[in-house]
Amino acid sequence: MKILVLAEQRDGKLRKSSAEAVRAARTLADQTSGEVIALVVGPSGSGAAAETGGYGAHRALTVDAPQVAAYSTTAWTKATAEVAVAVGANAVILSATSLGKDLAPRVAVRLQAGLAADCTALRLDGGAIIATRPVYAGKALTDIRITTPVQIYTLRPNVFTSGASSGGAAPVQTQAVAFTDADTAVRVTDVQMGSGKLDVAEADIVVSGGRGLKAPENFKMIEELAAALHGAVGASRAVVDAGWRPHAEQVGQTGKTVSPTLYVAVAVSGAIQHLAGMSSSKYIVAINKDKDAPIFQVADYGIVGDAFEVVPALAAEVKKLTGGA
Amino acid sequence: MKLIACVNHVPDTAAKINVAAGGTSIDKNGVNFVINPYDEFAVEECLRLKEKNGGEVVAVSVGSDAHKETLRKALAMGADKAVLLKTDDDRDSFGIASALAGYIKEQSPDLVLFGKQSVDGDDAAVGGMVAELLGLPSVTVVVGLAIDGSSVTAEREIEGGKETVKASLPCVITAQKGLNEPRYPSLKGIMGAKSKPIEERPAATVPARVQVVGMKKPAAKAAGKIVGTDATAVPELVRLLHEEAKVI
Ligand SMILES: Cc1cc2nc3c(=O)[nH]c(=O)nc-3n(C[C@H](O)[C@H](O)[C@H](O)COP(=O)(O)OP(=O)(O)OC[C@H]3O[C@@H](n4cnc5c(N)ncnc54)[C@H](O)[C@@H]3O)c2cc1C
Ligand SMILES: Nc1ncnc2c1ncn2[C@@H]1O[C@H](COP(=O)(O)O)[C@@H](O)[C@H]1O
Repeated sequence: MKILVLAEQRDGKLRKSSAEAVRAARTLADQTSGEVIALVVGPSGSGAAAETGGYGAHRALTVDAPQVAAYSTTAWTKATAEVAVAVGANAVILSATSLGKDLAPRVAVRLQAGLAADCTALRLDGGAIIATRPVYAGKALTDIRITTPVQIYTLRPNVFTSGASSGGAAPVQTQAVAFTDADTAVRVTDVQMGSGKLDVAEADIVVSGGRGLKAPENFKMIEELAAALHGAVGASRAVVDAGWRPHAEQVGQTGKTVSPTLYVAVAVSGAIQHLAGMSSSKYIVAINKDKDAPIFQVADYGIVGDAFEVVPALAAEVKKLTGGA
Repeated sequence: MKLIACVNHVPDTAAKINVAAGGTSIDKNGVNFVINPYDEFAVEECLRLKEKNGGEVVAVSVGSDAHKETLRKALAMGADKAVLLKTDDDRDSFGIASALAGYIKEQSPDLVLFGKQSVDGDDAAVGGMVAELLGLPSVTVVVGLAIDGSSVTAEREIEGGKETVKASLPCVITAQKGLNEPRYPSLKGIMGAKSKPIEERPAATVPARVQVVGMKKPAAKAAGKIVGTDATAVPELVRLLHEEAKVI
C-alpha cells in the first residue's frame, strides 16, 4: 500500500510526532510491499523532508507557494488532498497535533475517505488496517476498520515510537499545486508562542500540581521540579478553574491528553476526569498525603506524604543525579 | 445574525464506562447523559453574538429522542429554536456531519458553532467535516472570537501557544474551553424551554465509512509501589526512576 504522511516541521526541523508517524507508516508499508511518501507543506521544507528518510520514508515531496507561507487550513487541505491523489495514496497519515486534527476531517471529506482519529495503534489484519483508538477519554478502547478505498489516520503523539534516525536522507522533489486566492479563505496572520516553555501535550516528562498545593505561589516548587527533570508543568482542573494556572496546562478529559514517559502528580486526587487525560503515561508517580487518593490506583510509584516536604527534596535529589542543570 | 450551535448528547464525564454485550458499543444502562461540555461554549458564544448583533440561535442535534434533553438545555440557556435530526443508529462522524450539513445548507446561517470535540468518541471531526461538505472556512479549537462586519478573527490554541486566524462569514468555528464562560439556565429559561417545541426531522442517511470491530476496557494497571511516607523516601524513588524505570 502507498502511504502519504503529512510531515510537520518546526524551525526547519522535522517534528518528533511526524517522525513517529513516518516510522508507523513504514512498519505498515513493509508488511504490504508498500511505499511511504512524506509530504512537507510550506517554506523551507526540504530539510525536514529529507530528514523523514531517517525514519523510513522512501521519498519526500515538498509543496511551497505564497499561499502556504503561513499555515492555512484551506490551502493545506488542498495541498494534502491533491498530493494524495497525485501519488495514488491508499492511506494518508497525519499526527493528531493541532495542525493534524484541524486538517484531517477536511482532507477526509475531500478524498471521500473514512477517518480514524487519534489512533494509538495500527495493525494489519488480512491486508486491512485495524486502528485502535481510545474513546470516552480512554475509559474504553475501540478497534475500527475504515471501509473506504482511501483512508485517513491521525496518530496520537508520544505513543508510536520513532526510533533513532538512521541518518539517511529521503530524496526530495517539489510538487506543484495550483493555488488560487480562494485557497487562503482561512489563514494564520500571527503566532504567539508562550515563553519558550514546553507544552504539556508534547513533553516527555510532566509534573502536575493540584489543589492540595493550596495557593498559586506554591507552584514554584512544581516549576522547579519540572525544570530539574526538563519537563513541562501540568495542572488539574481545580487549579485552572481557580485561576492559579492557565487553561493550556490543564490535563484531563476537558484539558489535554498526555502520554509522557513520566508523569508526576503532586497533590492531585486523581478524579476520573483527570485520570482520563494521563493514565496512558508510561510511568506515573503520585505524591499525595492521602493514602486513599485514587491517583495511587494508577501510580507505578507513590509517596504518601506532604508535598511541601517531598517535592523540594525530590527536585534536589534529581539535580544531584543529573549534575545540577 | 443567523447562528447555529451543533450539540451532542454524551455520557457525563464522571460516568463509569462498560462495554455492552456484542463488544462494539458501550452499555448505556445507568449512564447519565448530558450536553457535551464543549458544546456549552458553542451555545454560549451564539447567545452572546445574538445579544450583540440581534438574530436567531438554533440548536441542532443528530440522534435519538434522548437528545431532546440536551436540546432542552440549549433552549433553557436561551436558544430560540431546537431541531432534532432524528436517527436511532450509532453513526460515524461522517454520518453525523452529512445529516448536519444538509440541514445547515438549507438554513444558510452566518456562523455555525461546534464544540472542539465530543467527549464520547473524541473524534474532533464533525465540525471540520461539515465545513468541508459545505465549502465553508473553518477555524478549530477557538479560544477567542471577534466578528466585524463579515470578517472573522479567531484565536486558536496550538502546542505551546496561540495563533490568530482570519476568515470571513459564513464560517464554521469549533469551541475550546476559554472561549467564554457558559451561563447557567435561569429558572425562567428552564420553564420557558419546557414549552418551546423541538422540531423533528429524519436525519439524512449516508453509508458508514468506519466500522467498529471491537471495544474493550483498557487493561487494569498492577498495583504500584508505595516507596515511603515522607521526604526520606525520595532517594529511593529517584533510584527506582533511574534504575528500574529508566526514565530519568
Ligand atoms: C465536566 C467535567 C470535566 C472535568 N474535566 C477535568 C479535567 O480535564 N482535568 C481535571 O483535572 N479535572 C477535571 N474535572 C474536575 C475533577 O472532577 C476534579 O474536581 C479535579 O480533577 C480535582 O482537582 P485536584 O485533584 O487538584 O483537587 P482535589 O480533588 O481537591 O485534590 C487535592 C488533593 O491534594 C491532596 N493534598 C492536600 N494537601 C496536600 C499536601 N500538603 N501534600 C500532598 N497532597 C496534598 C489531597 O489529599 C487531595 O487528594 C472535570 C469535572 C467535570 C464535572
Ligand atoms: N450527534 C451530534 N449532533 C449534533 N452535533 C454533533 C453531534 N456529534 C458531534 N457534534 C458536534 O461536533 C463536535 C465535534 O464532535 P466529534 O467530531 O464527535 O468529536 C461536537 O462538539 C458537536 O458540536
